[in-house]
Amino acid sequence: MADDGRLHDAVAAGALADDATHRALLGSIVQVARAIFHARAASVLLLDEATDELVFEAVVGEGEDTLLGRRFPSGTGIAGWVLGTRQPLVLADVASDPRFSADTAQSTGFVPKGIMAVPLLHGEEALGVLEVLDRPADARFRVEEVDLLGLFGIQAAAALALLRRARTAAAALDGQEGDLAALARIATRLAALGDDRAVADFLGALDRLLARATPE
Amino acid sequence: MTEPAEDLPAYAVDRASVEALAGARPWPARVTREWALGNSTGRGARVCVVDSGIEADHPAVGRVETAVVVSIEDDEVVVEPDTLGDVCGHGTACAGIIREIAPECELASVRVLGEGFVGSGPVLVEGLRWAIEQGYDVINMSLSTTKRRFVEALHDLTDAAYFQRSIVVASAHNMPIASYPWRFSSVISVASHELDDPLAYYRNPDPPVEFFARGVDVSVAWMGGARMRTTGNSFATPHITGVCALIRAKHPHLTPAEVKTLLGLTAANAEPADG
Repeated sequence: MADDGRLHDAVAAGALADDATHRALLGSIVQVARAIFHARAASVLLLDEATDELVFEAVVGEGEDTLLGRRFPSGTGIAGWVLGTRQPLVLADVASDPRFSADTAQSTGFVPKGIMAVPLLHGEEALGVLEVLDRPADARFRVEEVDLLGLFGIQAAAALALLRRARTAAAALDGQEGDLAALARIATRLAALGDDRAVADFLGALDRLLARATPE
Repeated sequence: MTEPAEDLPAYAVDRASVEALAGARPWPARVTREWALGNSTGRGARVCVVDSGIEADHPAVGRVETAVVVSIEDDEVVVEPDTLGDVCGHGTACAGIIREIAPECELASVRVLGEGFVGSGPVLVEGLRWAIEQGYDVINMSLSTTKRRFVEALHDLTDAAYFQRSIVVASAHNMPIASYPWRFSSVISVASHELDDPLAYYRNPDPPVEFFARGVDVSVAWMGGARMRTTGNSFATPHITGVCALIRAKHPHLTPAEVKTLLGLTAANAEPADG
């Protein structure tokens, strides 16, 4: 049978919440962010390390029909700066920046005036960026809002870390059949069953059997 | 192994030297803002911005004496003239604020961010090292790293700066996470307040952040000769850098510790001493 790491991935892939659940969590985070800041749009971008691109994972407001899954190079735009420096950035009028990546903005069908962006940091890693676009024009910025944005960033980073872990586990099993796939299916079914007395008894018995069969 | 004999413990002073300490370099027992920085334009102070580069011809920035870019190729540190200027706008914003406070200081740029904005920890460390080696009076670091493995190198560097009289002014992170070098006591750390006065700075009685300066909705220089309103500790920091340049220009002999003390004594929340 497979080594410990792949066994672990197989169980994780089966037991972790699926992609749709994590997407829903991210979606809810951007909805709340947009509502709190009274913004026109909010989005979460995930860094795809394999291609060095930022990918729109959750979008609400302007662009929500077109942006999901859209990619761009991770070193471009305000989001790229925030990812690279791991610092939030709040700009009131990005249109006045002649090198603001207008191409990126125009390709999304929406050119924001103001942008707040915060890096999604998990441990020492930068997983992506949370953006909040176009707050009300007459709303003067306050220090508390940067703090609030940072707190949202921490929450979104935790959600993004879960999503990434689930995808890594799923990818490890991709195309696999046999023992590992069966184990993943069992983990999925157990997670779906919840509290079932007969299953708990069976698992207890199986555990004791395996313990006897395992050399000390 | 035998240690060489010393007449006195290292750095100790004898009686005659104690007397010589008085008056060697002016340090008043009581200071005013006027004494600290009154009439100073920053002329003579050499200030370095370690950031994304500086757009030299920006009307709010003016002349940049030196501009280099730092990179690491095959484990070799490469420092070469920077012809790109600014790759983002962030460094130009910092330089413009410093110029606003200290209009006649000398400005230099060390770019530690690539065109793709990917600033790596080693490049940040080497950029700071280079700036310290050049002996700048004040070094503005509106950047930090969250990576623990650079802590020792950054700590050693900021200590080296402190003892060789370079003042490192560093931004606190805008999020509640650990980052460096702003947390080190050898630097002057800065976060934002909401007031619109560029010369209003406050001492924080509750560190690790030591000072607050204007950092919310600040009009800053940006790329392409533009201006932009922006928010963040990154932009509070160059206000303090500018004030340090004013102080250093007027009192070139002051140590970083003395300049930090003066900042506290001249802060908007410093109260006059009784009697």
